[in-house]
Amino acid sequence: MIFPSQQRFLICVCSTVLLLLAIVARFSPHALAWDQANAGNNEKSLLAFRAVASVLTSPRCLNCHSSYDGPLQGDDNHPHAMNVRRGVDGKGSSALHCFACHQAENGKTLHSPPGAVGWQLPPAKTPMAWKGLTMGELCRALKDPAKNGNRSLQDLIPHMDTSLVRWAWNPGPGRTTPPLSHDEFVSRLKEWIDTGAACPE
Amino acid sequence: MATTRLIVNGKPRELNVDPAMPLLWALREQLGLTGTKFGCGMALCGACTVHVDGNAVRSCVTPVGAVAGKHVTTIEGLSSDLSHPVQRAWLQVQVPQCGYCQPGQMMSAAALLTANANPSDADIDDALAGNLCRCGTYARIRKAIHVAAELARSAK
Repeated sequence: MIFPSQQRFLICVCSTVLLLLAIVARFSPHALAWDQANAGNNEKSLLAFRAVASVLTSPRCLNCHSSYDGPLQGDDNHPHAMNVRRGVDGKGSSALHCFACHQAENGKTLHSPPGAVGWQLPPAKTPMAWKGLTMGELCRALKDPAKNGNRSLQDLIPHMDTSLVRWAWNPGPGRTTPPLSHDEFVSRLKEWIDTGAACPE
Repeated sequence: MATTRLIVNGKPRELNVDPAMPLLWALREQLGLTGTKFGCGMALCGACTVHVDGNAVRSCVTPVGAVAGKHVTTIEGLSSDLSHPVQRAWLQVQVPQCGYCQPGQMMSAAALLTANANPSDADIDDALAGNLCRCGTYARIRKAIHVAAELARSAK
């Protein structure tokens, strides 16, 4: 038989032992190393995302990834001349498809239509609009299949290798290119994903 | 130089030209179809609009090589007897002033009516926003497209 005073003593001893074990485990070299690695990964991931975002927010990307119901143009993101519309599938309106003017390659002269295989906007259902988002919002939108065209994080990598995305680095005369090279961009994207795809607040 | 085979206004044709040559050049210079006009040469005005497999495209920036094996329709191919609803409507409304842009306007109108048999004013404005008219015949163009839609419906 255990008296109430003995019961209280045992509870107290057990609690103390458990607390000590928890403290030892928390501050063991192994736990501290894990913490450091994780914190490092988080920092690396955020830095990688900032590099990725510098490309995603460049005019070559934003001019299609906008909430406007059509493409934008120029480094000032003004609406496309001729009131060009997005269309349901992102390929223009019924008598003014993107491919009416945009070929598989860039026009060679200044102000002639740029071109690449698969020239289009995101479809109306998932416009993948990034313009005006904070870094955190952009990051979360990029990770959200409902907002990124139903892609997993790994699916983002092949998208960045399509002719249309690669066009941003070969946009034809008179157009600026993103701030990183394509190789560096893809490398930082992979780094962001591999380090946990952390997002800024 | 290379041989490109395509169908132009329903007839098989062979073009022995550089595949990079703009389709507009080939239509006018090689095939003698001068109804399609050169305006800006940069897909900015719509005067050179033709159909490729039923879709309106700007022939001044479309390379011949890109239309190999495809069906190309020019203004001459809408109909040979002016029976196409767009041709009839254009005559009825007397749309043109100088007329230079009108082949392109009509080809865009025909493509629109194929996709949308009963377009609203907004649909027309969206679809033909890339066809410029320095005479400012836009109000008559819009009216003629509504007339053409009605003619097409009544013919069925």
